[in-house]
Amino acid sequence: MNKSIYQILFFLFLLFLQVIVLNNINFLGYINPYLYIAFIFLYPLEENKFPLLFFSFILGISIDFFSDSGGVHAFSTLFIAYTRLFFVRIYFRKIPSDYPFFKLKSEPIGKVFNFLVTLTLIHHFIYFSLANFSFQNFSIVFLNTLYSSVFTLILFFLGTYIFKKNK
Amino acid sequence: MQQIIYFFQKFKYFLFFLLLECIALFLIFNNLNFHKSKFVNSANSITGSLNTSLSNFSDYIELKSKNELLSEENTKLRNQLEKNRFLLSKDSSIIDTANYSQKYTFTHAKIINNNYSKQFNFLTIDKGESAKINSEMAVINSLGIIGITENTSENYTRVQSILNKNSKINARLKGNSTYFGTLKWNSEDYNTVQLHDIPRQAPLKIGDTIETGGKSTIFPEGIPIGTVSKINKRNTANSKIDVSLFNDMSNLRNVYIIKNLHKIEIQSLEKMGNE
Repeated sequence: MNKSIYQILFFLFLLFLQVIVLNNINFLGYINPYLYIAFIFLYPLEENKFPLLFFSFILGISIDFFSDSGGVHAFSTLFIAYTRLFFVRIYFRKIPSDYPFFKLKSEPIGKVFNFLVTLTLIHHFIYFSLANFSFQNFSIVFLNTLYSSVFTLILFFLGTYIFKKNK
Repeated sequence: MQQIIYFFQKFKYFLFFLLLECIALFLIFNNLNFHKSKFVNSANSITGSLNTSLSNFSDYIELKSKNELLSEENTKLRNQLEKNRFLLSKDSSIIDTANYSQKYTFTHAKIINNNYSKQFNFLTIDKGESAKINSEMAVINSLGIIGITENTSENYTRVQSILNKNSKINARLKGNSTYFGTLKWNSEDYNTVQLHDIPRQAPLKIGDTIETGGKSTIFPEGIPIGTVSKINKRNTANSKIDVSLFNDMSNLRNVYIIKNLHKIEIQSLEKMGNE
């Protein structure tokens, strides 16, 4: 019970952080971090995928409401939420009985880094190509993906570092 | 029958995933369509009220520069008023007391949400149907054009910015000539838009002013847009001209919405011709 309240608060925190602060950064004119995908990184692993899929869809669609982007955030967020378990199996070699004890913090930093970079790049690439919605300007899509991913990952690692120190 | 149930059992996550992705795709396609984008947009009461309180906060930071802009505009309008008064007094033999045939009405509003870094950009303003604002009305400020209203709710309106790949606006060269073209945006730089289909014989120089052409029922003619910043050397039929905007689209606050009172009359006339 305590854990689900924590998840809901974390959900709301990420949503408002994204729409109030991060969507308005526009570093160098157009680079924004999309830190809300941290919700998917940190959501506990479960056999039952329905809650994560549902929550990630709601998170994506709420951000779409604020940033007038149709369903682009919802689509890309849902995609990495679905493929997350696949990458957990590839990078960390976990079997379903390990899921309740899995924590990103206790895993080796190199594997965690690969895992996060893969998910972030996939999410940002889908997001920017759908936001672009044409086959022109594909170089812009790649550049945006690269810059925003670096920005998102820096923020995520800084964030986890700060909150670790507090404990 | 059992196999179908087994199939659903096995692929239940994937099917749920597909269902949600289809909903998201449906919303994306709807959002790209000017007239159908009703489901997900920032002109509803929840996002509207949050954006209002945010912009109330950021108003204080930009108060000084906005005041300067407003006072600048006031002086300009005063000057125009004086000019008109002079003209009227000169021509005193005609006394036109029945001249109420106004063509445009202006409503002022405030921008509470502004995008300019994406390919399809929208703005949200804090007036809606309660202030008699409908779809397809012009949005400008003192420096130039901003966009066209799209979706309205009770108190908020979403505006399709000129920085939107779907935006098409009639524009012409300022001066005696009436060469006109279509203003579009190639989604690269938010300070530059492109003018397409300008005729080859049009006398163009860098630094020429581009203004709205008045050939649509949305924008009145003569509203400034920007200056010509780049002309293609080979001036072919499908050449386009770069226009750098007067407005800094990343820094907007107070806008005017223009309603064309003759719009229905003009449109009904044009429709008759097509039949």
